[in-house]
Amino acid sequence: MSTNALALPAGGHAGSRGLWVLAWLRFCRDRVGLVSLAVVVIYFAIVAASRIGWIAGDWSKEVGVSYAPPSVMGPDAAPAAAAAPDATAGPVADDTGVVDPLAEELAEIRNGLAGLSDSEPRAATLAFGGDKWGRDVLQKAIKGTETSLLVGLAAALLAAFLGTLFGAQAGYHGGWVDDLFNWFYSVFTSIPYLLLILAIAAVLNQKGTATVILILGLTGWTGIFRLVRAEYMKHKVREYVRAADVIGASDARRMFVHILPNVSHVVLVQISLHVVLFIKSEVVLSFLGFGVGVDTVSWGSMLNEAQNELILGKWWQLAAATAAMAVLVTAFSLLTDALRDALDPRIK
Amino acid sequence: MSASDKTDALVGVHDLAVDFRVDETTTLAAVRGISFDIPRCASVALVGESGSGKSATALAMLGLLPGENATVRPGSQVLYAGRNLLEITPRELRSLRGVDISMVFQEPMSSLNPVFTVGFQLGEVLTKRLQFSRRQARVRALELLREVGIPEPATRIGAYPFELSGGQQQRVMIAMAIACEPKLLIADEPTTGLDATVQKQILELIAGLQRRRQMSMLFITHDLALVGEIADHVVVMRDGEIREQGSVRQIFEAPRDAYTRALLACRPPLGRRPRRLPVIDDFLKQPPVSVMDIPERSRGLLGNEEIVLEVRHLAKSFYLRDGLFRTREFKAVKDASFKLAKGKTLGLVGESGSGKTTLGLMLVRLHKASGGQALFDGRDLLSMPPETAMAYKRRIQIVFQNPYASLNPRFTVGQILIEPMKIHAIGAGEADRRALACELLEKVGLPQASFFRYPHEFSGGQRQRIAIARCLTMKPDVLICDESVSALDVSVQAQLLNLLQDLQDEYRMSFIFISHDLAVIRYMADQVLVMSAGEIVETGDSDEIYSNPRHPYTRKLLGSMPQAWRH
Repeated sequence: MSTNALALPAGGHAGSRGLWVLAWLRFCRDRVGLVSLAVVVIYFAIVAASRIGWIAGDWSKEVGVSYAPPSVMGPDAAPAAAAAPDATAGPVADDTGVVDPLAEELAEIRNGLAGLSDSEPRAATLAFGGDKWGRDVLQKAIKGTETSLLVGLAAALLAAFLGTLFGAQAGYHGGWVDDLFNWFYSVFTSIPYLLLILAIAAVLNQKGTATVILILGLTGWTGIFRLVRAEYMKHKVREYVRAADVIGASDARRMFVHILPNVSHVVLVQISLHVVLFIKSEVVLSFLGFGVGVDTVSWGSMLNEAQNELILGKWWQLAAATAAMAVLVTAFSLLTDALRDALDPRIK
Repeated sequence: MSASDKTDALVGVHDLAVDFRVDETTTLAAVRGISFDIPRCASVALVGESGSGKSATALAMLGLLPGENATVRPGSQVLYAGRNLLEITPRELRSLRGVDISMVFQEPMSSLNPVFTVGFQLGEVLTKRLQFSRRQARVRALELLREVGIPEPATRIGAYPFELSGGQQQRVMIAMAIACEPKLLIADEPTTGLDATVQKQILELIAGLQRRRQMSMLFITHDLALVGEIADHVVVMRDGEIREQGSVRQIFEAPRDAYTRALLACRPPLGRRPRRLPVIDDFLKQPPVSVMDIPERSRGLLGNEEIVLEVRHLAKSFYLRDGLFRTREFKAVKDASFKLAKGKTLGLVGESGSGKTTLGLMLVRLHKASGGQALFDGRDLLSMPPETAMAYKRRIQIVFQNPYASLNPRFTVGQILIEPMKIHAIGAGEADRRALACELLEKVGLPQASFFRYPHEFSGGQRQRIAIARCLTMKPDVLICDESVSALDVSVQAQLLNLLQDLQDEYRMSFIFISHDLAVIRYMADQVLVMSAGEIVETGDSDEIYSNPRHPYTRKLLGSMPQAWRH
């Protein structure tokens, strides 16, 4: 008998499919879901490549003339004409007999501002156009994607971690623990969202990607908390959890080994919803000037620059950032819907 | 036999076949070409276990099948007043539904809209369907409520569904179904989930209405025992096919089909107590066993048995918020005392709300007792701190009612069985535990390959076996079965009762068997406690209580048992 039992294969058993596998099979039947998954995967691949430095590594290099238009539009005649008066001004007249030690640097800065460089030749047009300093907008958009996706994903994970942890405690224990967390939740949600974000940004008083992640993560856990708490309240009285209690499983074991896998589909869907939300929030933050630092580029900072450019009729930076963001956000939202259908088939 | 006189048939079902689409590649033939007639002014019972296609038949007749995954095969006919109901337009069908043919569903709680009063919902049927004025509708609604036996209809007409008991809600549903004086009433398991005494009242009401109003009725049930009291004709279904149809007398007295005989035999009989219950396979194989050949088992206590668990003055109160500062005490269990003998079964019987489940949950420390003691090995289980209780926890185990909810869906069967052994350090090492788990799987009648599978791949009966195996890993002294077989089909119920009895014989475990099913309790228990409103009203050996009930409540309870067929 026992030898027989030991002869059984140690790993999984063919023909037996867990709930995750079944969910994946359901997901594979969803054509829209698969396409959006592919789009999201491509974005992640681009971000990974840019992170390693394979592409967009020199996004900050000034390769084109200022506001170089996209190639399809042909070179712009304006910059050369605008630069002409500066070039004819010449060095400052020497009427004291002392040579200005900064004259050369000033001249170079003046030339730089005019979009001219004497060190290397600048392209008159770029594939997707250039920004004020002649940086390639396509490379900027890729680098911006890296920042924005990183911020969205990291902030969503942080928010999901906090929301799940607090929600599990509150929902599982109930009583005063629940009251405490609910009080905390009420305080958090009673402050207008943007005001809260700005308040935390002011307190942290430090610009940078990590700060943005912290701001969004620390303010965004409330929705997840509420949902996870409700799920835990529902599950803790289910018979399988009671059965685990009777066989002697500890509270922590019941919370995280028994219940968590059964509510994880809720958390997963929430994470992908929040990635979208936080990407948009990052844009808002950067737009308001509380976003990433000046040495980094994100979709938000691109849009921030774009508002001035638009007055000059330079629309390409706006278009690049918007397109990159719209495609990802749409794909992610559709992916979320598909995930929800696959993981929780009761809704259908 | 009912097919012989066609002129008398109100509804004729011919070659009805329904397919359900499970996914792209698989379809399930739920109903496979069945034919039967429903005569005028008579009631036909459609009997079958889960998956037999009885509900699909009823839904197909009314055109209520879910359109996206169910198809009625061409060639199927449901003839009513010369028309095939499967071919008429949805508009025509809607005008028949509720007026000529109406239906009472299984769960009254979810069939009534919780935000409207009973009177409003009943009046809506009358104003919409029969064009009654509001005043007329109210008068008629009152009459209907009176007719279905709602006490004080004048006040109840303004009540919301949640203010009524389950039985009263079902009465309201019946009132709505008969409001338009239908010619055919379809009742789909109308008493499932109701207490025995309420079930009896509802059955009497339905049978009375059918006779008084000269309706035809199609009564769908899984319980053959109910049929004897209500039906004229019986149709027995299994796996989408009709196994047998005939008059109720013929079905009960001379069943021709082996499956019908098996259904009749696998309910625990009232008169005798065979050592093991016959199961379907006993009848389908050749030669079939005779029920009378199985030797009997005697039950009861001699008085000199070893006592494993002694419960003294156990009490449980829940406190309900009443007003802003006051709380109201609700006594769920009052002063319960009993002794459980080693290797014997204590039956705990009562209706819903009698406190029997609360009592069971207190013994496994899932509810904190408000007072009293439970002495186990001379120590009080209830007052122990959690750390000390761990050592005792494994010795009292519980099998819950709902086999679909009591196993963690994300664990494999192997993980489910090995977890308690890990927690209580049973078995030396992983290999040892795995061997023990496989051994137990075989013991509860599951193949060893189940070890790697997930609960959702098993049927209700099989899941209950897994739950029992999980308890057995800890070798408990006391096993509490809280309605453990109530949710299962009768044939599966018989198999599980046999399994539990075999396990008791082998391991000398003591059982506390909680059930509302008096026949099951009589079959399993040596000693019976009757509970009502939190109190133990009567205690005694099971034969003694069943043959000579002393407390009026016990007598009422026993009187409500379905008698199957009275000769």
